[in-house]
Amino acid sequence: MGSELTELTESPPEGIRVELADESNVYEWKVIMEGPEGSPYQNGKFLVKLSLPTEYPFKPPTVSFATRIYHPNVTNDEKGSMCLGMLRADEWKPSSKIAAVLQFARQLLSEPMPDDAVEGRIAEQYKNDRSRYEEIAREWTRKHAC
Amino acid sequence: MDSDDDFMSDVSSQDDFLGTQGSDDESLGEDFDDLDAGFSDDKDLIKHKKKPYEVEFKVLAPADIDHEQLGQVNEVCAILGLPPESAAILLRFGRWNKEKLIESYMEHPEQTLEEAGLGSNFEGTAKTECIPGFMCDICCEDGDDLETYAMRCGHRYCVGCYRHYLAQKIKEEGEASRIQCPGDRCNRIVDSKSLDLLVTKELQGRYRELLTRTYVDDNENLKWCPAPNCQYAIDCGVKQRDLRRIVPTVRCFCKNEFCFGCSLSDHQPAPCTLVKMWLQKCEDDSETANWISANTKECTKCNSTIEKNGGCNHMTCRKCKYEFCWMCMGLWSEHGTSWYNCNRYEEKSGADARSAQAKSRSSLERYLHYYNRYANHEQSAKLDKDLYLKTEKKMTSLQSQSGLSWIEVQFLDTASQALQQCRQTLKWTYAFAFYLARNNLTEIFEDNQKDLEMAVESLSEMFEKPVAELAGLKVDILDKTTYCNNRRVILLSVTAENLKNGEWTFNIDW
Repeated sequence: MGSELTELTESPPEGIRVELADESNVYEWKVIMEGPEGSPYQNGKFLVKLSLPTEYPFKPPTVSFATRIYHPNVTNDEKGSMCLGMLRADEWKPSSKIAAVLQFARQLLSEPMPDDAVEGRIAEQYKNDRSRYEEIAREWTRKHAC
Repeated sequence: MDSDDDFMSDVSSQDDFLGTQGSDDESLGEDFDDLDAGFSDDKDLIKHKKKPYEVEFKVLAPADIDHEQLGQVNEVCAILGLPPESAAILLRFGRWNKEKLIESYMEHPEQTLEEAGLGSNFEGTAKTECIPGFMCDICCEDGDDLETYAMRCGHRYCVGCYRHYLAQKIKEEGEASRIQCPGDRCNRIVDSKSLDLLVTKELQGRYRELLTRTYVDDNENLKWCPAPNCQYAIDCGVKQRDLRRIVPTVRCFCKNEFCFGCSLSDHQPAPCTLVKMWLQKCEDDSETANWISANTKECTKCNSTIEKNGGCNHMTCRKCKYEFCWMCMGLWSEHGTSWYNCNRYEEKSGADARSAQAKSRSSLERYLHYYNRYANHEQSAKLDKDLYLKTEKKMTSLQSQSGLSWIEVQFLDTASQALQQCRQTLKWTYAFAFYLARNNLTEIFEDNQKDLEMAVESLSEMFEKPVAELAGLKVDILDKTTYCNNRRVILLSVTAENLKNGEWTFNIDW
């Protein structure tokens, strides 16, 4: 875990910056994620909280958006939680890396997965009325993430 | 040897018969099949003859289940030439559908193996190794004496991490048949050989238990007995699609009688779907709505629900101020002066509203007719059960008071069991009848129902007599018990035959 943190802080993946939320607690990470270019989240800086369970790496970390975001795979409330793919307990592997988790989360900003949505309404809109979805997502980004 | 085994199991299924004959000479068994016809009026043999409402089934102990699993694995092993632990994974992947699996393997062996999480490399044996210069990717430990393990996919981790991973999957997630290699994105399934090598005896036991569980769950023919703490499973060939025509009641070794189709306790003669609908209807209080429509009326203008709580028939809706007559539902202004005595019943203006009202009332009464009788038998069965618990006491005191022997008072036990079973059946006849459309068959059904009900009630009455009178009633009780059982058999047989032949007409679609 320590080495993963060192690696992430020293050579972070594109658009991602990692630090501990509190120097004395290695289980809570603060991640600043830049909205990917070409997505409606572009120019936004999202604060993402990553919590590691004590059983890490045998159990998956939980990832949540502290910054409000309009996205089919992130709950549209103050929790901003997400549960998807490799983050699910039955799909998580102990050899999975946090860098991959964060890249996966950022990739999700460019390519939402409406079929695994937690916000069904936004997923519907994403599928049927893409321009309206992008408009709202852009506005939310401007309002909350800039 | 094989034929010998078959022969033995044939004999054991007729244990009762052997018992009553007091014979322990098994060589007699050979003649039984020929003798069956001649003995057909023997009570015990009649008991073994399959009735129209009975289904074929087998009770399996955990050892039988393991044995069956093993047999299937070995068979596939021999046909496909795979190691047994891999054949087992393949079978679990194909949900134990051997034919389909073998077919798919023959067509696309590599693809099938890949999808099952196996890969096509079957070389090498499962063993832990120390590899100089190795570092575990999970815990970052290294050291030349670090014990490591990798499955055939080659993803190597230290034994400690491997163990921890497996223990968590088995203990916390209750997973067994789908535990994958700990490697990121590797879908190889951990086989039983690797598992046995790595985890404790206790966990191996739990793992086997979970595998047995999935074996039964995956098999359409198998179902666990739902009784608490019962470890037996039932093997029965009745399929989901047959459930419209058959009510497959099975009886576990633990004496629990339940429906193989839906795992609820025995609900003959009503088919599963109707049982589900009936329970739903009784449970979700859908009848509250019925009460409302029977006891209240709706304002014909704004549809507010109104309960009349006395007084004049001149209603003024509080909401929309519409004025109407409670009796005929017609407009008040058409009414003239007959305020307390509406005699405009023939007028057209209120007729529609009234007919909807009447329909709702009669449907409520119909439901209550069946529900009350259903609930009554359920209640009585409970009371009879209490009585059953007292039966033993009764039997003991009967022995001391009348000088009867233990064997001579067994009739009480038999009677009480018959009561329970008949009431269970009667209860469900009412749920069944609720969904029946009226025709000649329904009348025959109701006659049978009435016969059984009368017999049951009179047996129940005898049963409650003071202990002193019971000895004198023995013959009557015995007769009544037999009569009840026969009536039940007749009712169930006729109903099951009709169900099988699709003769019943129902008042609903299901």
